[in-house]
Amino acid sequence: MATLEITTTVDAKGLSCPMPIVRTAQTVKTLPPGALVEVLATDPGSVKDFAAWSRSTGHELVEQSVDGPVYRFVIRRK
Amino acid sequence: MTTEMLDSPVGVPLENPFAAALAERELEPETRTRELVIVNWSGELDRIWPTLILASTAAASGVQCKVFVTFWGLLPFVRDGVRLTGENWMQRMLSFMQQPGIDHLKLSKMNFFGMGPWMIGKLRKQYNVASPRELLDAATALGVEFIPCQMSMDMFGIKREDLIDGMSEPAGAATAIEIMTEANASLFI
Repeated sequence: MATLEITTTVDAKGLSCPMPIVRTAQTVKTLPPGALVEVLATDPGSVKDFAAWSRSTGHELVEQSVDGPVYRFVIRRK
Repeated sequence: MTTEMLDSPVGVPLENPFAAALAERELEPETRTRELVIVNWSGELDRIWPTLILASTAAASGVQCKVFVTFWGLLPFVRDGVRLTGENWMQRMLSFMQQPGIDHLKLSKMNFFGMGPWMIGKLRKQYNVASPRELLDAATALGVEFIPCQMSMDMFGIKREDLIDGMSEPAGAATAIEIMTEANASLFI
């Protein structure tokens, strides 16, 4: 896995829908275009939700992986 | 938008229709604005909760979201600690029967004098689900527009200053109809 320059990490572990998305959106808003945001979540619904959210907003879902109960998403702000 | 001007046979410049069409296509889907309107008519937990989840998620997803807040739906938007005194005993009585504010929500079914909401509150914390208050704060921060209904404010004896900060100017049914019919999706929750 290529190492990406992560700007900020959103720790959404333990949060239920829709807070992982809401927190991520709030963080992304504060960053410049091109910034990379890493999101850590434990909500299994976030797999589908982050894909949908990236299609809705145009922010690119660069990477996604799972490590035990933790899902990791990397998003590039458009 | 750049549109080339062409000369018509009579020397009057015409807009290049291809340029306009191309410019429009370039707008898709990156800068198109999508809009969701929710009519929130009930102050009960089982209705306002999904309203706030959808509204905050819409705003988080770049969808412009407007919530028309009407009838009993206004009560959760009353500022903390405000006791509605109204203009007559019926308005005072109603405010006593349903305590206003985002932290005092009842269930439309299975309320059992507060036992139902208490259990839901317990489950909510156990499963780390955001409370209506957290969702309302997030929705407001993300730019959801909450429009109070003037007629309902009058009927319940709610003044502009009784409502939380950040709500739009009060409006009426014609505004609701206009925004609902112009939106990509509208919900009556």
